[in-house]
Amino acid sequence: MREDRPPPTPSRGGAYSPPPPDQVLENVLEHVLQFLTFRRDRNAAALVCRSWHRAEALTRLELFIGNCYAVAPRRAMERFRRATAVTIKGKPRFADFNLMPPDWGANFTPWVTFMAQCYRALEKLCLKRMFVTDEDLELLASFPSFRELVLICCDGFGTSGLAVVASKCRKLRVLDLIEDEVTDDEIDWISCFPEGETCLESLIFDCVECPIYFEALERLVARSPSLKKLKLNRYVSIVQLYRLMIRAPQLTHLGTGSFSPSEIVAQGDQEPDYSSAFDACRSLVCLSGFREIVPDYLPAIYPVCANLTSLNFSYANISAEQLRSVIRYCHKLQIFWVLDTVCDAGLQAVAATCKDLRELRVFPIDAREDSEAPVSDVGLLAISEGCRKLQSILYFCQRMTNAAVIAMSENCPELVVFRLCIMGRHLPDHVTREPMDEGFGAIVKNCKKLTRLATSGLLTDRAFSYIGQYGKLVRTLSVAFAGDSDTGLKYVLEGCPRLQKLEIRDSPFGDSALRTGLHRYYNMRFLWMSSCRLTRRGCKEIAQQMPHLVVEMINGEEEEVKDDYVDTLYMYRSLDGPRADAPSFVTIL
Amino acid sequence: MEGCSKLLDLIPKDREWLLRRDKQRSHGCSEEKGLELRLGPPGGGDEDTGSREREDSILSLGYFSNNSTCGAKRGFKDTVGLPVMAKESSQPCSNKVVDSSEKKAFSPASADTAVPNSSQKRTAPAPVVGWPPIRSFRKNLASSSSSKQALESQNAVPSKVSGEKPVESGRKGLFVKINMDGVPIGRKVDLAAYDSYEKLSIAVDELFRGLLAAQRDSSAGGIQNKQEGEKVITGLLDGSGEYTLVYEDNEGDRVLVGDVPWHMFVSTVKRLRVLKSSELSSLRLGSKQEKIPPLR
Repeated sequence: MREDRPPPTPSRGGAYSPPPPDQVLENVLEHVLQFLTFRRDRNAAALVCRSWHRAEALTRLELFIGNCYAVAPRRAMERFRRATAVTIKGKPRFADFNLMPPDWGANFTPWVTFMAQCYRALEKLCLKRMFVTDEDLELLASFPSFRELVLICCDGFGTSGLAVVASKCRKLRVLDLIEDEVTDDEIDWISCFPEGETCLESLIFDCVECPIYFEALERLVARSPSLKKLKLNRYVSIVQLYRLMIRAPQLTHLGTGSFSPSEIVAQGDQEPDYSSAFDACRSLVCLSGFREIVPDYLPAIYPVCANLTSLNFSYANISAEQLRSVIRYCHKLQIFWVLDTVCDAGLQAVAATCKDLRELRVFPIDAREDSEAPVSDVGLLAISEGCRKLQSILYFCQRMTNAAVIAMSENCPELVVFRLCIMGRHLPDHVTREPMDEGFGAIVKNCKKLTRLATSGLLTDRAFSYIGQYGKLVRTLSVAFAGDSDTGLKYVLEGCPRLQKLEIRDSPFGDSALRTGLHRYYNMRFLWMSSCRLTRRGCKEIAQQMPHLVVEMINGEEEEVKDDYVDTLYMYRSLDGPRADAPSFVTIL
Repeated sequence: MEGCSKLLDLIPKDREWLLRRDKQRSHGCSEEKGLELRLGPPGGGDEDTGSREREDSILSLGYFSNNSTCGAKRGFKDTVGLPVMAKESSQPCSNKVVDSSEKKAFSPASADTAVPNSSQKRTAPAPVVGWPPIRSFRKNLASSSSSKQALESQNAVPSKVSGEKPVESGRKGLFVKINMDGVPIGRKVDLAAYDSYEKLSIAVDELFRGLLAAQRDSSAGGIQNKQEGEKVITGLLDGSGEYTLVYEDNEGDRVLVGDVPWHMFVSTVKRLRVLKSSELSSLRLGSKQEKIPPLR
């Protein structure tokens, strides 16, 4: 390693002695390897031989930890000594839906503690589903070069932690808080940014459910000439939004906050010309927010629609007609998130205009099993016919047909992500009354690039035979309330050669099926099975046969395991054995 | 799964079995009538015996013979608490109420009505934890005022206080484990989703009815219509049903559900159990204020 060798010293006479040949190779290697950016390429390079392994380790600048418990902080950071950007993911995704008790783990503290010794030069940090304390943030803020903090679906901290970051990170460029739970410590953290010009490029805090002191924010935006991304929380009224926008016409990404007035605006009141503010933002390509939208103000955004590539209406309770008035201008739209209040008719309008659409997410305004979801197979079909370049879809509905899903599989061959959520459990095709097997089967058969699939509706083992057989590139599979027997899971575990993340809930899969995956669990990031048919004995068998697998049994409460059945199994490979911070309701077999 | 094999024996293969059972049932029913507690007019069998489409959930009347049960669909308002004393089983439910004119209740037409019922959209099923898979901040979007309410309770974020169970938190919910006698797999309910014992009882019925049916369906290995096989669990709160809902409070005692005001219950409950009423019968006669000593 370069570090271990003394640099070549010139000999006494002043003559230059060339470096030894193997060091030349190392130098060349390191120069070449720094062009490798993709993780997968780097991992492959590291396997070539020892010197490549070393060189790659020294040149890796971005460290990605897909499961915080798969490796100890020390091991990761000692191998990749020069990383300046770190991404760590913690809890499994089903924790988002309260399927995991709080205090399960994914603590950031051990990582940041080690970083304080090893990674003082850290510049960027991205955490997803981790538990981050205010003290952790305080420690981070002390790193002299730290400039980019992205927290996604994290919790454990509050506005006091944000205040420390704001005040101590002198080089902060990015502070992105996305879908976090932030406690209100009643600190005006916005005021904690230091006076004078900042280098802020991105400030995203739409998830922070605390009021902010608007004048401080206005002053902050005014002295942040590099600011490109600003996403406000719902405590910012439309009048305040206007004041911010006229100070920051250079914005490319805007989250509009509430998009409603803070008080009732009487008729004839002088209101700012919102439309002109939008018109002035010539570079705006991404629009979101609309947290408490008053639809009368929608026309204000018309001037930017033609340039928009991303539009997030997923908090906006608007009708098909109101959507139509906007979407007809959005020819360049690639990413669109919306509430199902726009109905099938709204989706038809999208299909008619947004020919370049890549990603669509349709969320339910009423997320209950028995709600009257106004979107259905009709909307899905329309989208499939209009948006042929679609790559990713998340669709919540109550009524679906195999025919519509099959049509999408045929019309949208570029699909990489297909997540369909028929909210009523076990609901069949609402026209033919048949299970949804054929629809999902068509998706895996026809969408050859598919890497992520989430199923719903009435599904038999046949659906899983399709998935196992045709899901050649599927990496992530989510299953809920589906299947008939162990055979279903066996199909998946014996097929799907690229499967990495498998999350299953409330499906009749048991120990026998679990055993069929023994040959592959080391090649997966994790397996989650909750409310299935697993027994403690079955899980223990797996644990005994696979020593590098951490097999966690998670019970809802901290009590004794009354019966042999396992509430939740969460298992993952680990280089460093079981974790030391498991709470009492977790049993590691 | 020993419990499961018993269930397999009870799986109806065809309607004929259903008819046969129903005849037995009617016999059993008349014997039981004297023990029934109901709110309906006295002396009557069940007055309106028209088969009802299943529009509302869910508490309906159970019937019993020695080894089978079947539920009739009826709105909750009409009658409450026909004793349900059958052993656990799950079969397609006929729509007819058993009364003196049972025979017409078991015509094939009535059994047919069970089928389209199951494929109708269910109304007001009990919420299952984490389903639909929407993050909590995306809920309550119907009105901005309700999202503001959610804000108030969200501020009491329990994640920073380790070990404490969140109470009345708009975000995290209040999940307690619930086990039912005879069902090996426990479930979880989010008490924050309800505001009354009635709704909780409906939820419990929904939760375990599906489980029993799912066990049966998966064992049968076919694509049964999952909805039609579900037997309704009734009378959880007043001791009149086959099962009774009890809970363990923060002192470890077992208490009948329904005694204290809802909010007090929510703040002290640690876990729920659905026990066979027969096991509690000796205590039912006493005041409901009595606590049940732990049974195990």
